[in-house]
Amino acid sequence: MTVIAKVRGTTAPQHAKVVRRGGAPVWRAVRFALLLAFVVLFLIPVYVLLVTSFKPLTEADPSQAWNLPRTWTTEAWQVAWERLAPGVWNSVMLAVPGSLISAMLGSMNGYVLSKWRFAGADVVFTLLLFGMFIPYQGVMIPLVQLLVGLNEITGTQLFYGGIPGLTLAHIVYGIPICTLIFRNYYVTIPDELIEAARVDGAGMLRTYWSVIIPVSGPAFAVTVIWQFTSLWNDFLFAVFLTGPQSWPATVMLNNIAGAQTVPYSQQMAAAILASIPTVVIYILLGRFFMRGLMAGALKG
Amino acid sequence: MPRWLPGLLLVSPSIVAIAVFVYGMLGWNFKVALSDQHDEVSEGSFVGLENFINIWQETRWILSVQHAIVFTVVFVGGALVLGWFLAFLMEKGIKGEGGFRAIYLFPMAISFIATGVVWRWLMNSATGERAVGLNALFRFLGLDFLQWQWFRDPDWGMAAMAIPAIWQMSGYVMALFLAGFRGVPEELREAARVDGCNEWQVYRWVILPHLRPVTLAALIILGHISLKVFDLIVSVSGKQIITDVPAIFMWTAVYDAHDPAKGATIAGYIVLSVAIFVVPYLIWNARREKRK
Amino acid sequence: MRRRWITAAAIGLAGMLALAACGGGGDSSGDGGQGGAARKRVEVFSWWTGPGEADGLKAMRQIFERQNPNYTFFDAAVAGGSGDQARALLASKLQANQPPDTFQGHAGAELQGYIKAGKLEPLDFLYDELKLREVFPEQLVEQITVDDHIYSVPVNIHRSNVLWYNPGVLKEAGVSGPPKTIEEFIGALEKVKQTGKIPLSIGSQWTQVHLLESVLLGTLGTERYNALWTASADWSSSDITKALENFKTIMSYAGTPQEDWQPAAKQVADGEAAFNVMGDWVYGYFVNPPDGGLGKTAKQDFDWAPAPGTDGTFMWLSDSFTLPKGAPNRDGAIAWLKVAASKEGQDAFNPLKGSIPARKDADKSLYKDYLAYSLEQWASNRLAGSIQHGVVANDAWRSAINDAVGLFLQDQDVAKLQQALVDAAKNSGQ
Repeated sequence: MTVIAKVRGTTAPQHAKVVRRGGAPVWRAVRFALLLAFVVLFLIPVYVLLVTSFKPLTEADPSQAWNLPRTWTTEAWQVAWERLAPGVWNSVMLAVPGSLISAMLGSMNGYVLSKWRFAGADVVFTLLLFGMFIPYQGVMIPLVQLLVGLNEITGTQLFYGGIPGLTLAHIVYGIPICTLIFRNYYVTIPDELIEAARVDGAGMLRTYWSVIIPVSGPAFAVTVIWQFTSLWNDFLFAVFLTGPQSWPATVMLNNIAGAQTVPYSQQMAAAILASIPTVVIYILLGRFFMRGLMAGALKG
Repeated sequence: MPRWLPGLLLVSPSIVAIAVFVYGMLGWNFKVALSDQHDEVSEGSFVGLENFINIWQETRWILSVQHAIVFTVVFVGGALVLGWFLAFLMEKGIKGEGGFRAIYLFPMAISFIATGVVWRWLMNSATGERAVGLNALFRFLGLDFLQWQWFRDPDWGMAAMAIPAIWQMSGYVMALFLAGFRGVPEELREAARVDGCNEWQVYRWVILPHLRPVTLAALIILGHISLKVFDLIVSVSGKQIITDVPAIFMWTAVYDAHDPAKGATIAGYIVLSVAIFVVPYLIWNARREKRK
Repeated sequence: MRRRWITAAAIGLAGMLALAACGGGGDSSGDGGQGGAARKRVEVFSWWTGPGEADGLKAMRQIFERQNPNYTFFDAAVAGGSGDQARALLASKLQANQPPDTFQGHAGAELQGYIKAGKLEPLDFLYDELKLREVFPEQLVEQITVDDHIYSVPVNIHRSNVLWYNPGVLKEAGVSGPPKTIEEFIGALEKVKQTGKIPLSIGSQWTQVHLLESVLLGTLGTERYNALWTASADWSSSDITKALENFKTIMSYAGTPQEDWQPAAKQVADGEAAFNVMGDWVYGYFVNPPDGGLGKTAKQDFDWAPAPGTDGTFMWLSDSFTLPKGAPNRDGAIAWLKVAASKEGQDAFNPLKGSIPARKDADKSLYKDYLAYSLEQWASNRLAGSIQHGVVANDAWRSAINDAVGLFLQDQDVAKLQQALVDAAKNSGQ
């Protein structure tokens, strides 16, 4: 009983150091082998992607999926880059500000809803979370009309048909998950720290700046990774809410289609190219991702 | 200024945004779902729950719900088991852990627009001599009996569809469980060992109970992704009845059949099904925090 | 301390990028709002992004820009599922009153939804001005007239009811030539099955609806088929049952469904399968040299015939351009439509796309081999419209038929299929 109670008591964000015995060498070897086997399984799709992307179009066929290229060529990569390039800057303009602003909003919301509460904060939190449930395809038509309306009100072309409108839509629909991440993370900060700051005369914003932000790193990492991936890889919102000049990379990727021979090698090369930024973000921030998860962000 | 006011002000832009973009949209959706507007021109009039009831007469709806259930069970179960197993293998520490983690996690970074084609190739349903993709691999390895129709199988096709989804999400589940495993202080394990438990009993009585909140969180996140699944299926097999799910049915209802009321009804069911999943969890979670 | 400044810097950077995006986004689409620039751009919305179609579009574009130096062509094509994504996007644009200047649509019933919703301008004035009623075949004009008005300009004609076959595989199976009736067809399929080759190759769900329309035409005959397309038509009669039974039998000889129409057609060209029923876009795919096509030789590696039972009837479909109401650049759109309707435009587009022009006065020397055959058939055959490609059934009806066929493939129940088709007709609103 006491063991379980003690387990529940572990809430402070800790960088739990992994000091464990590896266990018997045989067991360690077995574990390693199993993990390696899964690595092979996980990499099967990547193998097919890579191998096909270096084939000429005539060889890029499902029946040759497993074979290494008989002729190695980078023509697919060149074409893929040409087709994707117009959209890449748009994707950057969407994903970078979008994920950073989302993180900022999530952090402020999470802070208020966990530490600087007001009556009904829990209700507000639950209502915010509901935003995760919407099936987006179902609301595309009114969403388009809403953004067109915003265009009309402001007399600009920013909202419908432009990256700002797309970014806005993503930021708004990202509020629930970002708030969830930060709130669950901040809940683990001891209330005494907040009290101490208040006693020192700090108001809400000052406390935020001096107490909360310094320890928010891992949660920012988790949020930015999640939102960046979501924004970069989104297709549905992008195709409905923007026009050809503002199409992100995913729409350009989708447009690499063939009326007759499907250009598989180009599609696969483009798929890899389009995935590079998100993979890079994962590598850069991945360490913090684990730390953030361990500190309670994204779990119950 | 009352103490709580700054907080409320800081959160208010989000509240307004969600009110409009979420609840406003949901309201619009339910308004259309409760009307009889079955084409784009006519003004619908209120008909209550007629659409919600009538849709159960449609074979396609029943089939899509069955498909969604099979997919959800296989995907959520599969990702949980695989994620847990991978975390279990790594939690005591292993050489190259960072590399392993990166490899299991990276599928999350890739969209299905990108990998849909590959999975379609891998899950090609030709068997025997004409086999391609994974069936061909099985043949090559002498595992002919493993060949099957994948997502074209009439009964378990959706289980095949769950495979790319498991591939994508089990790394994330693994990360959750890893954090959960590591969140158990070593002292507790030591204490249990000192008390005479062997390693399996340590897992059973100390660690596994601690993983319950994590399991629940993973279950919820996987569940709600699963019920809304659209991108994955469309990238792999397009919008065919063999792999139909409610989200796809909603799309064709709105954009092909131009039936706003039916589309909105399906959207309503999707929202409700996700709510049924998630709301009890939220309540449970809120209560748990109050107890702390 | 440092971390906070990093955070602040990151947020500041985000803010600057956001402002830059506002500037960028505003400028690039603000173009459309400023007087002179807006008049120049003509937004042409289609789903032609693949080689072949894109080349045809480009050829027309060159003519357009040459003839209209004050207009620029703005390509708004979105790929995917033979127009699936594009049509959904178009629907949202039209509902929000943000139409493109012109959009591609299949001539015929597919446009009904837009017409009923009042989104299209009638093009009678254009037809009068350019005397298009004389230039397009009478049956065609008849079939695209809705309530005495015409709403689109057909650019090309494709044929749906074509049987592609591999002469070598047929010879091996002891089949003397392409079957002329459905009964002969079934017999031939059985013979091929005995040799171990695939009797009939098939693709994804829509290709099965495509097959069904040829089987319906082949069983019912042209007149009965054409009479099916009103809400009061009788779909419950026994001749329909017979057609559906034929469909079931034929489908029982089909090979594993392929990803899409190309892999299925390829099976015939490669000698793995005997027959494939698909539209005449297969021809371009077969003969174009790699990488665009398979580089096969007509009459040797493959051959064609009208789908069994349909000789003498051209089951047509047509890509056409429209004039949406409230098009931002109406004059530019009309200029485009004029190019699309012109002999020069159609003769530039069609050889590259692999189709024949809708106009009767095409330059026949440009159309070789299969296309020459098709031109001659178009001039002499009776016409019936395709279901799958939006000629005879409006979107809702076609969607219902697709669902019915998809469900049939699961349970093989002809009675249920027929009932579903009856309901589809009744609820079609046509």
